[in-house]
Formats: sequence, structure tokens, C-alpha cells
Amino acid sequence: MKKLVIALAASAALLGGFANGAQAQEKKKVCFIYVGSKTDGGWTQAHDRGRQELDKALGDKIETPFLESVPEGPDAERAIERMARSGCAMVYTTSFGFMDATAKVAAKFPDVKFEHATGFKAGPNLATYNSRFYEGRYIQGQIAAKMSKKGLAGYIASFPIPEVVMGINAFELGAKSVNPNFKLKVVWANTWFDPGKEADAAKALIDQGVDILTQHTDTTAPMQVAAERGIFAFGQASDMIAAGPKTQLTAIVDTWGAYYIKRTKALLDGSWKSEQIWDGLKDGILTMAPYTNMPDDVKAMAEETEAKIKSGELHPFTGPINKQDGSAWLKAGERSDDGTLLGMNFYVEGVDDKLPK
Amino acid sequence: MFEAILLTVITAATPLVVAALGELVTERSGVLNLGVEGMMIMGAVSAFAAAQLTGSPYIGVLAGIAGGAIFSLLFAFLTLTLVANQVATGLALTILGLGLSGQLGEAFVGKPGIKLQPIVFPVLSDIPFLGRVLFSQDLIFYLSIVLVIGINWFLFRSRTGLKMRAIGDNHASAHALGINVIRTRYLAVMFGGACAGLAGAQLSLVYTPQWVENMAAGRGWIALALVVFASWRPWRLLAGGYLFGAVTIGQLHAQAFGIGVPSQLLSALPYAATIVVLVIISHNRRTTLINTPASLGKPFVPDR
Amino acid sequence: MRIELEKRAGLSPMFSILSPLLALVLTLIFGAIMFWLMGKSPVGALHSFFIEPLLDVWSLHELAIKAAPLILIGAGLSICYRSNNWNIGAEGQFTIGAITGSIIPVMYPDWHSPLILPLMLTFGLLGGAAYAAIPALLKTRFNTNEILTSLMLVYIAQLYLDWLMRGPWRDPQGYNFPQTKAFQIEAVLPELLGSGRAHWGIVFALVAAVALWFMMRFLLKGFEVAVLGQSERAGRFAGFSARRMVWFSMLLSGGLAGLAGISEVSGSIGHLQPAISPGYGFTAIIVAFLGRLNPLGVIASGFVLALTYLGGEAAQLSIGISEKISRVFQGLLLFFVLSCDTLIHYRIRLMLSAAGTREAKG
Repeated sequence: MKKLVIALAASAALLGGFANGAQAQEKKKVCFIYVGSKTDGGWTQAHDRGRQELDKALGDKIETPFLESVPEGPDAERAIERMARSGCAMVYTTSFGFMDATAKVAAKFPDVKFEHATGFKAGPNLATYNSRFYEGRYIQGQIAAKMSKKGLAGYIASFPIPEVVMGINAFELGAKSVNPNFKLKVVWANTWFDPGKEADAAKALIDQGVDILTQHTDTTAPMQVAAERGIFAFGQASDMIAAGPKTQLTAIVDTWGAYYIKRTKALLDGSWKSEQIWDGLKDGILTMAPYTNMPDDVKAMAEETEAKIKSGELHPFTGPINKQDGSAWLKAGERSDDGTLLGMNFYVEGVDDKLPK
Repeated sequence: MFEAILLTVITAATPLVVAALGELVTERSGVLNLGVEGMMIMGAVSAFAAAQLTGSPYIGVLAGIAGGAIFSLLFAFLTLTLVANQVATGLALTILGLGLSGQLGEAFVGKPGIKLQPIVFPVLSDIPFLGRVLFSQDLIFYLSIVLVIGINWFLFRSRTGLKMRAIGDNHASAHALGINVIRTRYLAVMFGGACAGLAGAQLSLVYTPQWVENMAAGRGWIALALVVFASWRPWRLLAGGYLFGAVTIGQLHAQAFGIGVPSQLLSALPYAATIVVLVIISHNRRTTLINTPASLGKPFVPDR
Repeated sequence: MRIELEKRAGLSPMFSILSPLLALVLTLIFGAIMFWLMGKSPVGALHSFFIEPLLDVWSLHELAIKAAPLILIGAGLSICYRSNNWNIGAEGQFTIGAITGSIIPVMYPDWHSPLILPLMLTFGLLGGAAYAAIPALLKTRFNTNEILTSLMLVYIAQLYLDWLMRGPWRDPQGYNFPQTKAFQIEAVLPELLGSGRAHWGIVFALVAAVALWFMMRFLLKGFEVAVLGQSERAGRFAGFSARRMVWFSMLLSGGLAGLAGISEVSGSIGHLQPAISPGYGFTAIIVAFLGRLNPLGVIASGFVLALTYLGGEAAQLSIGISEKISRVFQGLLLFFVLSCDTLIHYRIRLMLSAAGTREAKG
């Protein structure tokens, strides 16, 4: 008991010593909510990289608190409201599943600016932002068609949502622009994050004969499997070259930092407006990792396509494009509107999979 | 192709089998440790960290075993010495393990892993088909088979194993016979922890040589279910683990093949198959009762 | 040094009250040391964890929201475990309850009637109970272990929900995103007070817990649960049926989990989506045991656990304690609470010499 008293006294003294620590500063708070852990190696880590870049660029004017591993659902609304109440001037909510929670809290706090990633609900103080990942996937498809001997690639997908379906279609369209008979096999892992399962899916696809692998899940496990089996693969969200130095052809790297800096500057100089922003390669919201492990002509082709997409000369979803069942979708020269892409729930011709309805 | 699928199944099933074997021994001694997921993830992070720091995956394996075993001591102290509730303590162990491993492993996220290379048996591995499947595997696969045989022998053929089963069936009378219940259970819990740690090492050194938080992704729970599935018998556990692995991998192949069934339905198959098979084999009430450790989960305090 | 336990003649009333306090003190000390070692302010951290969430009305509402499903599920599980049946699939029953409860707003979004809510809640309850009936049936009919079946059914329920959200129940106006249309206003569980978003879910939880406590304390059914849980043989002599108890306990715990599911979806979310629970069904198992399998204890432990979740979040935001550290801290708290409970049943002796009896080694 005596020990207990001493320990209590000691901790009380400790507590006292630290009590006068943090006091209010005059920096604006720009806050982030993450669905995963900031070191998940995938989606959330990419956002956190962006936050750190923002911190580096504007650290003298703002601070950037964050909440990680916030589950989608009732917890999200609480977490977002907590941010608004704690004096955040701006809140980035970085997962689609936060959409309704963000909208509800935004309505309650009209003076706080909210930005929600990958959703479609906006309001006077609620903007949305997204990245045209499909532009990168189109380039990957072209490279795959050049590099594949069999004309058959494997695609490890997470969940059948428009974002993922759009990515699959863009890849197939890119591949078909090089090899009209190119085929794509799809496996749904039903998870964003399970290294073991992603590796199993990669092995299953390779055993069924694909010789190029691409993924829309978070970990580097598929890249490792591809490296082991000696085929080529594409990285996702981060540059995964470390996991496959001789394997990675390129990767779509999420570089949210450019976007966060742009929008936070707008907040600081008062020019922030609620917008629905869908940036692409030209804006730097996504970048292609160095084109590696490929002959020069393939590299040149990829770079040319990238330049054309940036300049607006090339739009991956330009007709003529048929749907999977052979019916016409876009006429020659016709470009898809953004609305159709954002709600995409059909495959284009050449994808060897049935989309869950 | 069949051979390739089989190899994939082995890799997927091995961590389940190894972790479940450890839990089987723990439960046979009458202790229910629901913290397998937590011990597994601690094993995974210890193994990965040690392999990174020393450059040797074998030291990694040892560290995984040690990590799991040491972590399980926490559970043993609480439930055996302080007779805290086993179910709740096990669950709390998982919460702690997930948090602690995430914190310890932060520095290792994104580092390229060191793979535990296969050990190829010179002549045996040349046997067509069987050779590549059975004799060109990594250390942990061989260990898993050794463990099945060893534990089966230990439980049903050795004196110590008999004593341990006696404790699991009725700790009061085992105690009256002069068997040291607490010490035996400590060892059984630590064996369970060591196996879970070894399974974790398999995840971060063989299955997917990398460290990411929460990479066990629920495999500890499946291992727990496997022990029940096997009605506490090692060979049945091995069969159960491979059944589960085979259905899991099979559904991915079915998808890649393009059979056009919703992927959620296919993903549910391993769980459904486990239930169906258990219903069939547990129909015989007597054998199930014989194998279930009667003192499972019950607290024990020696009286003097 | 060795630790030896000596069984008390009865429960110690003093330690029944003191043990949680002692656990709290130990947690505070260890927590303070841990935060200090990490270079974080111990007082700030502990303040965020335990005090900050209790300071304003908004936060109290959030506490009630977070605790409600834990208490509702935990209370049902406590009865189930007391009867020696091991339903660990409450997460699945929660999910199915959320689905069956949502049938009306999803299928008949244009129906407006005060009947909607009572029907939804009933459907949720029945759905959860029906899903728990599967392990009950398999156990009574085929002698299949309910631990395995109920756990496996969790994964199946989650995949079923996922399929519904991405297929048949998807909101046609929602850009094919995986969630249903927002429920009509009559299908939303109303807020309890005007001062925050806590809804009727917490009332259901408290009523259920008190009712179950009453049953265990005063009704024959409660006696039946306790006797059969202690010994099936003794129960048989008293004329109780273990088989009927399997049904009773599974349907009860499943039904309450289902009710928690639909309350959560209708009250806190407002539509159905793939992610509706951060593992409430599993956390509730800890809540049940932390509450010593007593429904009133479950109320207390439900609030304590909810507090640590909210506190972890507050600490993350105000002083940058990572989510992993708050998980570790939560684990510590649980360990201390569980081990201090030993004092209620046992006297603890520290033996300084190795002499004495042959048992126990720490």
C-alpha cells in the first residue's frame, strides 16, 4: 500500500510538471481523417505523404492534425465532428465511406471547409476531389500489351465499385489500342488489404497463364509474387520498385500533396470555393513511377501517351468503344462524360469476367 | 497446373495449421486462449524485425517463436496465476497485440522482406510431382508436419501427454494425483504462443515476405475455429486446414477462370464448407464428447 | 517471490467495489509512465482519455451512441455464456439484424407510416434471432460445436451484406456506389434529446440489461440459466432441458444483437452500407466478461470501453498519441481490470521464500 502511495505521488508530480505544456497557437488547423493506419503501405499512407508535403510547404502557417483508422459508419461522423469542434478550419475526409458523415457534419458547421475524397455529394462548404487514376491505367494497359507474350494480363481487384471497374476498363482499352485481341482476367479479392489473399490471387492468375499482373489492392504482395514467378507487374498507390526491382514496369503513384497544397493555399488567401474537382496527370495529383524493365521503344510509347493525356490530346475513353456484350457504347471520336465514368458499372469488350450485378 | 495450385494451398494452409496446432495443445491442457490472432501478429513482427536486423531469416523464425511465446506469458500469468477470465483475457491479448505490433513495426513498413528459402532434399525432390510438392518446401512447412506427428504422439502415446490430457479433462483429480496443474498449463500456453509466433513468422517470411500492420487479417480466428473443427485431434486438424486452404484457393481459380458467380458467394465458400463438414463429422456424439477437454476454460486454484 | 491465491469464503463486497478502482489507479500509473516514456504529456494524455470525453454534452451523446450496441449485445451474451452456450457470432447476428431490419425502407421507400419503425425493429430482432437459430439448430440436432458455426457465420453474413450493397440493394441514384438510398424519415430512429445525436438505441440497451438482470435475479428462468450453466446434470434433476436452453440463450443473444444492428443502422447511419460495425459483436464479448456476466455490470463495462474508444480519439487529436498506442493502452486497462477482479474471489499472498506448498509459480 505504501508503495502505491509513493507511486501515486510520483505520478501526480509528473502530471503537474507537464500540465503547462501545450497552449494555443495562432496557426490554422488543417485536419485529415484516414480510414486506415497512416503506415498501411497503401491508400492511407499515400494521403499521409500528401499531408506531410503540405506540412513542409505551409508549416509556418498551418498545422495538420489527423485521426487514423477511423471506421466508416457512426464513428466517422463523430470523428469528423470532433475535428470541426476542435477548431479545424478545413477537414479532408479521405475515404469514400465518409461521404454521408462528412455531408452531415458540413451542414452543422458552415464556417468550416470540408473536402471529401472520391465522393459525389457537395455543398456550399463541402468540396469533393478525386484523381483520374484511369489515365495511368490506360498507359499501363498499353505497356502490358507490348510486354505480354500471351496477350493476357491478370487484374487483382478489390471491390466492384465504379472506381475499380473504370480502372479495369481503362487498362483493357489501353491494351487493345496496341493489341486488339488483348484479354484481361479479373479476380476479386473482396478486400483492400490482406497481403496473404492478394498473394493467393496473384498466384491463381499466374497459374492460369497470365504473364502480366496489375492490382487495385493496397499491399506489395502481388508484386512480390510476380517477382518470384518472373513475370512483370504494375505497382499501385506507391512506387513499389523496392518489392520488385526487376519486376515493376511502372506504378500509379498517388501524389495528393500537390492537391492539398493547392487547396490549402486557396483557403489561406480566401479564394477557396466549393468545387467538384477531378484532377489528372496534368495536375500532378497522380504521377507515373519511372518506366523501368522495358525496351526503349515501349518506354518511348508510354512517355508519348503520358504527354498526350497531359495535353488533353488523348482521352482514354474515346470511341469507338463497345460494351462487353458487343453493343456499342461510344461512337467513333466520342468521349465519355465524367458522370458515366464516375458511376461505371459495365465492362468494355475484351474483359474476361462477369461483373456482379 | 494442379501441382502449382497445391503449392499455393500449402502456403495458405501452413500458418493456419501451425497456429491451430499450438492452440490445440493449449486447449488440451484445459486452457482456452482466444488471443491467437494477437500472438500471431506479434510473431510476425518479431520475425520480420529480427530478420531485417540480422539478415538471417532463420534468426527471424526463432524470434517469431520467441515473440509469440513471451507474449503468451502475459496471458498465462493473468489466467493461471491470477485466475483472470480466460475468454476476456484472450480477447484483450489480441487488442494489445494488434496495437503493440503496429507500433513496433512502424519502422519496417515498406521494407523489402527477406524470404525464407526452400530446403530442397537432394534425391527425394526429384520424385515426379510429390518431390516438388513435399520435398522442396521451406522450413516451416516441414515443421508443421513434424508438429502434427509429434503432437499426435505426445498426446496419445507419451506419459506426459497423458498427464496433460488428464489435467484438461479434470484438473481437480489430476491435482489430487500429484500432477502439477499450473506448471503444465504454463508450458502448454507457451507452446501455443510459440506455435502462433511461428505461424506469424511464416506470414512475414514465407507467405508474403513483408511487414504491414494487421497482416494476419483474421487468420488467428480461423485457426481457433480449426481446433474445434478437428475436435482436438492433430491429424483431423491438418485435414481441416488443407480443406480450408483448398476451398479458399479454389474459389480464386474459379474466378480467374471466369465462371460468373458473384465473388462474395465464392468468398463465403470456405466458411460454409467448414460448417458443413463439421456437421457431418460431429454427428457421432460420443467421439466428440470423448475428445473435448472437459475443464476447458474453467479456472483452477490449487487448494492445500 | 511467488504469488498464491486463497479462496475467500464468499465474494468480498469490499473488493467488488475496490477492484475496479484499483485497476483504474494501476492503469493511470502505468499509462502515465508509458506516455512519459514516449515523450507525451502524461497528464494531457490521461486527461484526454478519461476526462475530456465527459466534459461536454456533445461528447456524452457520442458516448451513449458508442456504448449502446456494446451493452445491448453484451447483455444478451452474458446470459448466453452464463448458460454455458458459446455464441461468439454476435457480429454476424448484428449484421443480419441490420439487413432484415432495413427491408422495409429499402423495398418500400415511399411508404410513410408510424408503423415503419416498430416493424423494422421487430424484423431486426427476428433476423438476428433467426441467424442465431442456425448454430442452435446445428448444436441441438447434429451436435455441432456452436463456437465454430457461429464464428463462420459471421464471415458469411458480412459477405452477404457486401453482395446486397453492391448488387440488388444499391441506390440506383448513387453513382453505383455501394450503399442504399437514405432511409425515409419515418424509418430513422429518433434522437432522444435535442442536444445531440444519441438515439433510442441506448434506451433499448439499458432496458434490456435491466430486464435481463431482473430475470436472472428474480425469475425462475434466471435460476434455470444459472443451474444449467453450472451443471447440465444438476439441471436435468431440476427438470430443466439443456436443449431448450440452447435455443433460449442463442435466440435471446442473437435477437438482441440483431436489434443492436438495426438500431445502429437506423439511428446512427441512416442508410445501409457495407461497413456498419467496427467489430461491436466481438468487443461485446469482452464487455460481457468485463461486466462479470452480470447485465448490470455489462452496462458499466460497456460505458468504460466506449470511453476508451472516445478517449483514444481525443488523445490522438489533441496530443498526437497514435491510434496504436491507444490500442495498447486499452489492452492494459483490460488486463488490470481482469486481474484485479481476482481480489473479489481470492486473497492474494506474496510468498517471499520458496518453502511451503508445491503449487503455483509466477
